[in-house]
Amino acid sequence: MDLQTWTWILVGITFTLYIGIAIWSRAGSTKEFYVAGGGVSPLANGLATAADWMSAASFISMAGIISFNGYDGSVYLMGWTGGYVLLALLLAPYLRKFGKFTVPDFIGDRYYSNVARTVAVFCALIVSFTYVAGQMRGVGLVFSRFLEVDINTGVVIGMIIVLFYAVLGGMKGITYTQVAQYCVLIFAFMVPAIFISVQMTGNPIPQIGFGGQDANGVYLLDKLDGLHRDLGFAEYTSGSKSKLDVFFITAALMVGTAGLPHVIVRFFTVKKVSDARKSAGWALLFIMILYTTAPAIAVFSRTNMIETVNNQEYKNMPDWFTTWEETGLLSFNDKNNDGKIQYLADTSKNELIVDKDIMVLANPEIAGLPNWVIALVAAGALAAALSTAAGLLLVISASVSHDLIKKMIKPDISEKGELVAARLSAVVAVCVAGYFGINPPDFVAATVALAFGLAAASFFPAIILGIFTKKMNKEGAISGMVVGIVVMLFYMLKFKFDWFGGGTKEDWWFGISPEGFGTVAMIINFTVSIIISKFTPEPPKEVQEIVANIRIPSGAGNATH
Amino acid sequence: MKISDQNSYWKTNLKYLAILLTIWFVVSYGFGIILVDELNAIRMGGFKLGFWFAQQGSIYVFTILIFVYIRLMNKLDKKYNLDS
Repeated sequence: MDLQTWTWILVGITFTLYIGIAIWSRAGSTKEFYVAGGGVSPLANGLATAADWMSAASFISMAGIISFNGYDGSVYLMGWTGGYVLLALLLAPYLRKFGKFTVPDFIGDRYYSNVARTVAVFCALIVSFTYVAGQMRGVGLVFSRFLEVDINTGVVIGMIIVLFYAVLGGMKGITYTQVAQYCVLIFAFMVPAIFISVQMTGNPIPQIGFGGQDANGVYLLDKLDGLHRDLGFAEYTSGSKSKLDVFFITAALMVGTAGLPHVIVRFFTVKKVSDARKSAGWALLFIMILYTTAPAIAVFSRTNMIETVNNQEYKNMPDWFTTWEETGLLSFNDKNNDGKIQYLADTSKNELIVDKDIMVLANPEIAGLPNWVIALVAAGALAAALSTAAGLLLVISASVSHDLIKKMIKPDISEKGELVAARLSAVVAVCVAGYFGINPPDFVAATVALAFGLAAASFFPAIILGIFTKKMNKEGAISGMVVGIVVMLFYMLKFKFDWFGGGTKEDWWFGISPEGFGTVAMIINFTVSIIISKFTPEPPKEVQEIVANIRIPSGAGNATH
Repeated sequence: MKISDQNSYWKTNLKYLAILLTIWFVVSYGFGIILVDELNAIRMGGFKLGFWFAQQGSIYVFTILIFVYIRLMNKLDKKYNLDS
């Protein structure tokens, strides 16, 4: 059977599955809509969290980024997993004990202030919208390449599916579709990895295989280091970023991960505090499977790609080469007119430009795997993008219907009214996300780092201080969040978008890139909060009692308004 | 729950956090970033050790750390009868 038929079949089956689950798990109350009724098992929540977390970026782009950057790509591997240790140890158990629906709920109540709540809503909306735009682009990319439909049609199909199960099922529908989506995406990620690992090293476990030897007894990583040296690239296992910057980027991604509202909110869906800890453990275990495989895929695909194309005749290139050329993600320009492809670090002589996003998608084709495996990768990429998009849309709709409407604008709204508002805001959010998917703004790639930086600069310190110090007051927390966000936005706008006079690498403060600046902004937030809180009245007795109470796990009760 | 119990429960929790987060820091920032060049001199099969910690080892340790914390806290909750 040809690739396109296989893709239609697999995508069709998985989409039918998601819709079936949505119909079965409709939400009937706001509690079901926001936190899936609060009775999700830790195992199911771990699976759902893993799918929620692993986005189009993790599935499609990450292995590609690593394969182009080698050691420097480690920042994503450590950053996007290490944050779960912070979540499990410092945030999830206490936020679950607190027992509300959203992150702004915690900030607003702990800091007894609607100003704090508004600041938190604002941050949650920015973080989630920047993130969701990237997911919709991922959906469009997969559709256009594998089903050869127009990118826009692809985005619209994706929108309709998400709309259906997110609006109908709320958190309950999302949770159980995410469980299914995790299974689809991990299967789709692992099958080609195992195939290629066997092909290249004879070892079926990719995590071990990429430290193994090829048919000639040469270690794969040594071979790749050698290829890189020959072509003029930095050695694969050493990288080229400064140590300080690697440190700060890793920290910003870790702390940002722990501060992302769509991840935190997943821990509100379990019954008790110990279940929140357990779900974090399960989640990281399921994430670990993909994250330890990605660097192996990076090495396999990099080696394969260089060996397949470099110094080979252009007219002898396999079919996949031309198909990807048509999408514009791969381009060849025969500068020296010798009919061969020269792939080199030197940009004046290099003749091949490869978009990093195609490494995972093209990998099975480069390795010559059967069509059903290639189609599976398409279904997996869609599962990764849709599951994350749905989680983000829920945060957006809860921020509007719960934090803004119910808590501030119209507190006397009925349960039914709030549910209607939640569904309507989900519809609006899907349309906005779809718009960004169809007209991808140039800043999508740049703003993913902004999302992590903002979460690190705003939520993380406010939540940590709210749990671990009884004396942190609203004045301290609000000024910390505001200063943190403003500094972060300023740095990003200056160095990513050339505002405020712009600047180049040489002008970075202490040599720290905008991606790593979230760590600096976080430290500034902590410092400002602590200093201001020393000079302003301490929080009321009731609030200090809340803090004492969330530290004790028993009697978590149900999530309430 | 008595105030003194609350305090000693919280102190033990903070002690666990300090120990586990130290390990968390050492395997990632320590072995994977700060000491990576020194560790790369050591080889483990086809892997340079520093590179392995940055792309594999730290992630395994993170996962183990969470499960250790789950165990420790479940025991602690039991000791203070908080596991209802």
